[in-house]
Amino acid sequence: MDFTFTPDQLAIRDTIRELVQDKVVPRAAEIDQKMEYPKDIERLFAENGILGIPFPEEYGGISGTSVSICMGVEEIAKADTTCSLLLAVQALGSYPILLAGSEEQKKRLCPPLAAGEQMACYALSEPNSGSDAGAMKTTAKRYGDEYVLNGSKIFITGASEASVMVAFARTEDSGQKGISAFVLEKDKSPWKVEKLEHKLGIRGSPTGYVVFEDVKVPAANRLGGEGQGFKIALNVLDHSRPGIGAQALGIAEGAFEYALNYAKERQQFGQPIASFQGLQWMLADMATQIEAARHLVFFAATKVDEDAADMTKYAAMAKLFASDMAMRVTTDAVQVLGGYGYITDYPVERMMRDAKITQIYEGTNQIQRVVIGRALLRE
Amino acid sequence: MNSDPAAAHQELRQAVRDFATEVVKPMAPRTDQEHRFPAEALSAAAELDLMGILIPPEYGGAGLDHLAFAICIEEIATACASTAVLVDVHNSVAAEPILLFGDEEQKRSWLPRLARGEILGAFALTEPSSGSDAAALKTTAKRHGDEYVLNGSKVFITGIGHAGMYLVFARTDPATPGAAGVSCFIVPGDAPGLKMGQVFAKMGLRGSPTGELVLEDVRVPAANLLHREGKGFSVAMRALDSGRIGISGQALGIGQAAFAEALAYSREREQFGQPIASFEGLSWMLAEMATQLEAARRLVYHAADLCSRGLPFTREASMAKVFTTDTAMAVATDAIQVAGGYGYIEDYPFERFFRDAKACQIYEGSNQVQRIVIAREILR
Repeated sequence: MDFTFTPDQLAIRDTIRELVQDKVVPRAAEIDQKMEYPKDIERLFAENGILGIPFPEEYGGISGTSVSICMGVEEIAKADTTCSLLLAVQALGSYPILLAGSEEQKKRLCPPLAAGEQMACYALSEPNSGSDAGAMKTTAKRYGDEYVLNGSKIFITGASEASVMVAFARTEDSGQKGISAFVLEKDKSPWKVEKLEHKLGIRGSPTGYVVFEDVKVPAANRLGGEGQGFKIALNVLDHSRPGIGAQALGIAEGAFEYALNYAKERQQFGQPIASFQGLQWMLADMATQIEAARHLVFFAATKVDEDAADMTKYAAMAKLFASDMAMRVTTDAVQVLGGYGYITDYPVERMMRDAKITQIYEGTNQIQRVVIGRALLRE
Repeated sequence: MNSDPAAAHQELRQAVRDFATEVVKPMAPRTDQEHRFPAEALSAAAELDLMGILIPPEYGGAGLDHLAFAICIEEIATACASTAVLVDVHNSVAAEPILLFGDEEQKRSWLPRLARGEILGAFALTEPSSGSDAAALKTTAKRHGDEYVLNGSKVFITGIGHAGMYLVFARTDPATPGAAGVSCFIVPGDAPGLKMGQVFAKMGLRGSPTGELVLEDVRVPAANLLHREGKGFSVAMRALDSGRIGISGQALGIGQAAFAEALAYSREREQFGQPIASFEGLSWMLAEMATQLEAARRLVYHAADLCSRGLPFTREASMAKVFTTDTAMAVATDAIQVAGGYGYIEDYPFERFFRDAKACQIYEGSNQVQRIVIAREILR
């Protein structure tokens, strides 16, 4: 099969490529080392319509397809994972609205997000419910026309910068069927970010520990019916996972390209190290793994866009395969550069640190295996 | 082959483990996060004779064998890899060559101070354009009367700025390219003209300073030539052979610590109403980690035991280095995975183990160079 992107998609990709080369590449090391949220890049992406990629035109966006999101995330991640999260999390935080929102909610909430006037985030995990998301404890109690949220959420990407948060909370006491989804608009439903984590990688991307203390949310901001939250959460992850695969793919491509160029230039024993067979084999394995991942990621994205019955399985496979691949490829990229790979003057150690998170978030790779296993047994 | 050559050192292991747990481990997060040289830990190590592990008592050391050395490094590395690598480099590639190749005068003048930890030893072989191809080094040493004058630059020097003695490899014969023109010199840390260049910001081992050493007309007495002119490369290779045993111990310690923390976490963390360790998939991950570490442990002790008994060990040391360091990287990567999001943040030690493990695949001969060494040995 062949992934022929539409002319529109290619135009988006070329725009992103150019912006990334001009503006993101020179900033990547600094964003990591200073653990600095790239507000400038957020604005740049907003102004150039990149944050509108997750949304169809009718809601103020420019695409709304998983293939376009993946293409964008991949391009940005080649240079910097933190910056790629600006788009990936805009998609993740908006998917619940696009997939489960009423027409009124979509019309009201999406345009400012598509324009990049507001950033979105997605709050599912809690300190004691990670893989076991159905065990969450945050509560939402209804009083008249509003709900009051209490509880805490952990590992929330962009929590301190977002104006819109989709949060999952319990409207009934127990089980997955007691969970509902809510859109929190920061000015009306202010959440508190109690702590920002210090992390191995994606250091410019703020990861927040969020606390809800009597946070009021209008009933009009509940997505879907009461009790549909868990289903919405899983459906969102099915849609967003190819994006994490694309991110992992981009990280690996960035690291591979750097290692390849280095191997061609670095001379030892009187010749470029790329001329040694052992090293060529390493490079060949890296390229092969990347190529396989690329096809799986875009295949899964196509499945998502077709709303295929088996998209859950392919989305999980894409995320699992691409992120495990990225971990191996970036580890080997550091290896190709040797001591130079280990120091912060070169970008590959950052890429290796960033790659690790792709095996963890939006469902650990262990959960992906469970998801794939279940899908296989259902077939 | 003994069933467990390391069993004889159980008492030593316990003593070093106590030291590592009580003294080194509490400081490890700060050593890493603040890029802080672990001076207190090194002083405390010296009091336990851990700065003179291989040095015989007549020169003030503990006079232990390489198996004991590997165990010491392993135990310290379970607590703090930055501290362990400084102890490792000091004992193996810096002090041991003086013991093996030094004359009586050199031994008397340097070994007691190294053994007491008064000065830290460092090893300066790598240059910006000669890493794996170490024999292509360009630093020069010209003889002027009773002195040599050294010029050049070295890179990735562990202990930079804190070392009181550097073993510097330089070309004494510019007409002879390659290994045969290289000699080794004992250079005091305070020698005029010896300068510290850039100190690198690194992914891991952040408490262990690594950087450039610049030599500008550094004069050392001819008496500081270690071994003979033109023998420097063989000094370096011999040093690295046993150095690899230390690095294997280092990787084993990091891997073991990552595994132990992951195991403990998986027993405590509950999801779906039970400890995650009770799930089959996760228990398979733990089993794989434990198996790899056990195989690595056997390889390290075997190589160290051969070296201790004076038998050929080059092939085994390289195998141990490749296998334990690749294992440490895989185990540390999976240990983060077991802890999930918590593994990725600095509040837990997992991400530090991961960053530290990567260096082991690179230094004292990258794992690619080890494979070349192994291939040569088996094809011989």
